[in-house]
Amino acid sequence: MVSFRDVSYDAGGGAVLRNFTLDVKTGETVALLGASGAGKTTALKMVNALVMPSSGGVLVEGRNTREWDPIRLRRRTGYVIQETGLFPHYTVAGNIGLVPRLEGWPADRIRARVDEMLELVSLPPGEFRHRLPRQLSGGQRQRVGVARALAADPPLLLLDEPFGALDPLTRAALQREFVTLTRRLGKTALFVTHDLREALRVASRIALLIDGRLEVLASPGEFVDSPNEGARALVESLEWRLAP
Amino acid sequence: METRPVRPGLAAEIAALTGQHLMLVLIALAAASAIALPAGIYIARHPRYRAAALAFTNIVQTVPSLALFGFLIPLPLIGGIGQRTAIIVLVMYALLPILRNTMTGILQVDAAVRESALAMGMTGRQLLREVELPLAAPTILAGLRIAAVTTIGTATIAAAIGAGGLGVFIFRGIATVDSALLLAGAAPAALLAITADGVLEWFERKLSR
Repeated sequence: MVSFRDVSYDAGGGAVLRNFTLDVKTGETVALLGASGAGKTTALKMVNALVMPSSGGVLVEGRNTREWDPIRLRRRTGYVIQETGLFPHYTVAGNIGLVPRLEGWPADRIRARVDEMLELVSLPPGEFRHRLPRQLSGGQRQRVGVARALAADPPLLLLDEPFGALDPLTRAALQREFVTLTRRLGKTALFVTHDLREALRVASRIALLIDGRLEVLASPGEFVDSPNEGARALVESLEWRLAP
Repeated sequence: METRPVRPGLAAEIAALTGQHLMLVLIALAAASAIALPAGIYIARHPRYRAAALAFTNIVQTVPSLALFGFLIPLPLIGGIGQRTAIIVLVMYALLPILRNTMTGILQVDAAVRESALAMGMTGRQLLREVELPLAAPTILAGLRIAAVTTIGTATIAAAIGAGGLGVFIFRGIATVDSALLLAGAAPAALLAITADGVLEWFERKLSR
């Protein structure tokens, strides 16, 4: 579905990503795990052509992002970020129906789709359809963000610390819902996080990035036993926190 | 000596000059918006030209308006005496607040909102029309409001170069030391300014609600 082929990125102030190679298979969720500045967000933005690699290439559905029409590529790629980026001047329905509207769907089909998406993220449409983003709690905003990303039924989802700003309980609930949702809908997802616990919960594979390099690529089960120094440090920090 | 209270024809003259004044102001504001709105959008997207554009409009603002009217009189094409020159001066004055507020309004749009608009597959034009301009509208309108109020005031000076408007009363009042005439110019001008301010403020509040 998505392939990074020997991708490097240099923004002028040193390399952000170095010789990064990763294949994301259809239907799996890969967590890009790492500290801030490790290059995870840059890697994510390369998938929908918001950033172009300095060298190497990113293939989406077998096609290099340089050859994709960026508008087409982005409309079939769902995108969720931490501050959600919901349009403050649009209602919930306007936000969720955005890509379908850009794609020229008829109004009644958009309306039906918006309600379907709201149901999907457990927000009663009658209550939430006409609200503005500022009339929502943080958790509700993230749900709307996810609903918006799913509205045009993209095969691929990109998520950048989507639940980072939420309290632990809401966060755990949304992580669970996310896993159920992506499995049920068969979506492929790239999930950026700096939180190992989150990566363990949501991902089928974890890619650990350190200083722009892919250090570990493993399933959650293998990751916790990884001999890699960076992975060990993360796992130990978790054990320390969980100790009584 | 002439008697004060009754001046036949004064009311009609006030109405005529107010109309003329309003015309000067509206034409100048329309022209200034036609230049400064696109220019403001442009410099919001191209930081390279920002400093130069703002410096130019800033410098214009620092030139005393009476002097600017004077400077333009001897110039060919854009200069001379009359309404055209007056409108050019008024436009130059109105540029800065509209330009600056358009730029600021667009730059104030949350980076996360802009990024997700692009990531949703909006084109540059859709981003501008559906996200940046609506979110910048209250700020842009605030700039227009400042421009309107100052233009209404500055336009009184346009009478000095024969452009008409309410300034005619004021200059006549100064020349004849007649405060009633001064008031006949100043009061309607003030009223216009207050009205314009109120109306635009109402729109501004409505947009930012």
